[in-house]
Amino acid sequence: MSIRMIEDEDMRFNVFVRTRHRKKLLVIAVCLGLIMSLLIVRIGYIMIIKADYYIARADELHERERKIKAMRGRILDANGTVLADNKTVCSVSVIHSQITDSDQVVEKLSQLLDMEPELIRKKVDKITSIEIIKSNVDKETGDKIRQCNLNGVKVDEDYKRYYPYDTLASKVLGFTGSDNQGILGLEAKYDSYLSGNNGTILTLTDAYGTELDKSRESRLEPEQGKDLYITIDANIQQYAQQLAQQTRSKKNAKQVAIIVMNPKDGSILAMVNEPEYNLNDPYTLNYEIDESSIGSNKMDLLNNMWRNFCINDTYEPGSVFKMVTATAALETKAVSLSDSYTCSGATIVADRRIRCHKTTGHGTQDFTHTVMNSCNPAFIEWGRRVGVDNFYTYMGKLGLLSKTGIDLSGEASTIIHNKENVGEVELATMSFGQSFQITPLQMLRAAAAIVNGGNLVTPHFAVKTCDNENSTYMEFEYSTTESVIDKETSDTMKNILRQVVEEGGGIKAYIQGYSIGGKTATSQKLPRGSGKYISSFIGFSSVEDPEVIAMCLIDEPEGIYYGGTIAAPVIKELFANILPYLEIYPSVE
Amino acid sequence: MGKKNRKDTGFYFDYSLLFVLIFIVGFGLTMIYSTSSYTAQIEQGDPEYYFKRQLIFTILGMAAMFFIARFFDYHHLLKLSPFIFIISLIIIILVPFIGREVNGAKRWIYIGPVSFQPAELVKIAVIIFCSAKVCNAGTSIKKFRRVVRIFLGVGVIPAVAILVCTSNLSSAIIVCGIAVVITFVAYPGYKIYVAIVAALSAAFLAFYTWLTNVVNSGRTFKNFRLTRFLVWLNPEKYIDGKGYQTVQGLYAIGSGGLFGKGLGKSLQKLGFIPESQNDMIFSIICEELGLFGAACVIIMFVILLWRVIHISQNAPDLFGSLLAVGVFAHIAIQVIINIAVVTNVFPNTGVTLPFISYGGTASVFLLAELGIVLNISSQIRLER
Repeated sequence: MSIRMIEDEDMRFNVFVRTRHRKKLLVIAVCLGLIMSLLIVRIGYIMIIKADYYIARADELHERERKIKAMRGRILDANGTVLADNKTVCSVSVIHSQITDSDQVVEKLSQLLDMEPELIRKKVDKITSIEIIKSNVDKETGDKIRQCNLNGVKVDEDYKRYYPYDTLASKVLGFTGSDNQGILGLEAKYDSYLSGNNGTILTLTDAYGTELDKSRESRLEPEQGKDLYITIDANIQQYAQQLAQQTRSKKNAKQVAIIVMNPKDGSILAMVNEPEYNLNDPYTLNYEIDESSIGSNKMDLLNNMWRNFCINDTYEPGSVFKMVTATAALETKAVSLSDSYTCSGATIVADRRIRCHKTTGHGTQDFTHTVMNSCNPAFIEWGRRVGVDNFYTYMGKLGLLSKTGIDLSGEASTIIHNKENVGEVELATMSFGQSFQITPLQMLRAAAAIVNGGNLVTPHFAVKTCDNENSTYMEFEYSTTESVIDKETSDTMKNILRQVVEEGGGIKAYIQGYSIGGKTATSQKLPRGSGKYISSFIGFSSVEDPEVIAMCLIDEPEGIYYGGTIAAPVIKELFANILPYLEIYPSVE
Repeated sequence: MGKKNRKDTGFYFDYSLLFVLIFIVGFGLTMIYSTSSYTAQIEQGDPEYYFKRQLIFTILGMAAMFFIARFFDYHHLLKLSPFIFIISLIIIILVPFIGREVNGAKRWIYIGPVSFQPAELVKIAVIIFCSAKVCNAGTSIKKFRRVVRIFLGVGVIPAVAILVCTSNLSSAIIVCGIAVVITFVAYPGYKIYVAIVAALSAAFLAFYTWLTNVVNSGRTFKNFRLTRFLVWLNPEKYIDGKGYQTVQGLYAIGSGGLFGKGLGKSLQKLGFIPESQNDMIFSIICEELGLFGAACVIIMFVILLWRVIHISQNAPDLFGSLLAVGVFAHIAIQVIINIAVVTNVFPNTGVTLPFISYGGTASVFLLAELGIVLNISSQIRLER
């Protein structure tokens, strides 16, 4: 320690302390350097060694996934006519934080979108990251809004399902929801093919969820949905729909259904359920109704409107079913063509009397004439001869005890007595198509099997799906149960049914020069005595080689309600038009 | 090294300190604009809101600094020190009565439109008064008892006042730290400090082991100051609560890489780190400028602090020397704690990064302190 010669005592001390504390200052400086170095090491550790971890976590925080909707596959008919298409629509939204002139935004949007300014004002002033003002805006309006260059207004393009024919085959095609997902009909059934795969855009967002500039986004392109080709022929469907419409208004009926099918393979050419609804506006009821009476029932009413009567509902088939009884009788050899029955207008079964529709009686008829006359007492006898076991066996063989397997959902099941509980009376009524319920399509399928040589087909719509390049992606296959009845029986039945049309109850379906077979029916609706009927007719052509089988059902007609009188002419008119179209020409005799 | 001779008087002004300081302040303003503009646009409707305010305070502080450096002889402080100290204590005690609450903490006093954080005044008052007390102690500073008395009187009393009146733990720690450094430099011995450091280390180790045991056993605390330690040990577990800010800061630092995303390109400042222009500004610096930028900032601070130490060593008298040490301690402690908090070396306390973080009062007082240091430097007599 060096002590200099200094006079002032304080000054001496000062110097003493200062030399001392210079060392201390050095110590402090070294400590500072040490701590700072350690901190740099710590920062380096986070920024280099832990960087990957923190970068991943931060990206997770900053990236938002936005869906790019895949374009939905179209639905095309047998001729390649587009039945369900896509239309570009826009959705207009506002981003609160980016709006600079809210008055202008409200004014322009209310003007262009034709909306109440107050409604838009409310959404504009709402502090959210993004608020949708209106979706499903047509492209033209969307473009106009985009041209206004309003800050904070976003116009996104989107696809919307569009049905060019509005009501055509509405209950078959079904429609899609707001997310372009199939909700009903074929749209729902084949959704996995039609919907495609959505793409994604990864965008960076700030903490409020607002997207940042587009240069930093990454895209995963969407995969377009597959086109679906179906067996429906738009021309036949359209014509059948017109016929059903006319018939329905003429008879003031509740509903009219027409099914046209190829009996050989089960492909359905037309399925009409009049009244149809507008597929482009499926949430509006297709009839006038007092708004106040709807209330909370709206969904029920809509569900009713969307119902496909041909497959979702069951009914008592009535006399049409006699072709099944007759087939069973012939197959089991319980009856031969030469057998005859004398009808007195009624017959006694067990303790009750069952009347024929011709109360004076048909007199003595051979087997063919019992079918032509649709004589109930005769069929009670044929049914009795077949017996319960065989009766059920043939119902089963002809697919009446199981669902048809059509490619639409919601098929109704057969309602029928347990076999053990079937007594004389039950068997008697079932013989002419009462006291059990099936769907119209089940009936048509059974009829198809009777006339096509004995093969039970699967009714269907979908043929194949194609990708964008129109190359087939996949073809659908349907099972056929062959020879459920003998070909011989089938031939016999065809001839009998031809005579029904040419000389019997179905004469109103006869077209000069064509060979047409068929069977009429007039089913009482339950409860019996309500005065409500379902009139129906099944016809096919040609008899020699049936290529088309059609069914017409008129639910609750007013006035004359006999199937032979009101349903048969509908099929006649249908055949008169579609047979030449299907290249089935009158045979020159 | 920018030493400049004033030939006529033989006096000296530390220009290198001034340049480093101006660089850091300018850099700070840049970073405040970068970090705050996005959220300021959203919340205040003006991207330059924070930048403009900070600029005004910086100009005010600079003016005060130059005035003090040029015209206010630091020796006047020796006589004024008791008054400054007492006034600062009175103001801090008044805070619970006339203060205004901001973000749930009552730490501000409003004089008209100007807000003012009394804790910043206390810090400068402690620097001045502590230096004065040590000088006045004369030779008796050789007794450790005297050192303890000064430490308790000048360090602990204002620290307790800050803690009680404004519940601002970090400022209390800084005030104590300043007093410790000044008295450490003044007291001639080492042994007793070595002993104290050893004792404190041992206590910390014991506390740390106890804490990790508690964490492992899954217990939680009701006391929020202790919860803070749990968050410190495992911030990601508390990401939805108290650990949010720390974790978001770590994300920012971690995603910076070697050279950063580039100035202005931080994502974490877009609302993820709340008020990123305040305490967490260093994490955004790391994200935008990378390890390189962060190291540069730390090196700039080291140069600045080294110049202050240099002035302290060459100060014309003990009072000047201790004043400079006090300023050194103030800046160094804040820089270290701030960076330590941001990198989660230290539990989260609200300490700003001097000259860079947003904050009016702090800027003005820090620049005024630097004015004192520059004044000291201008009185250095060059010896042959």
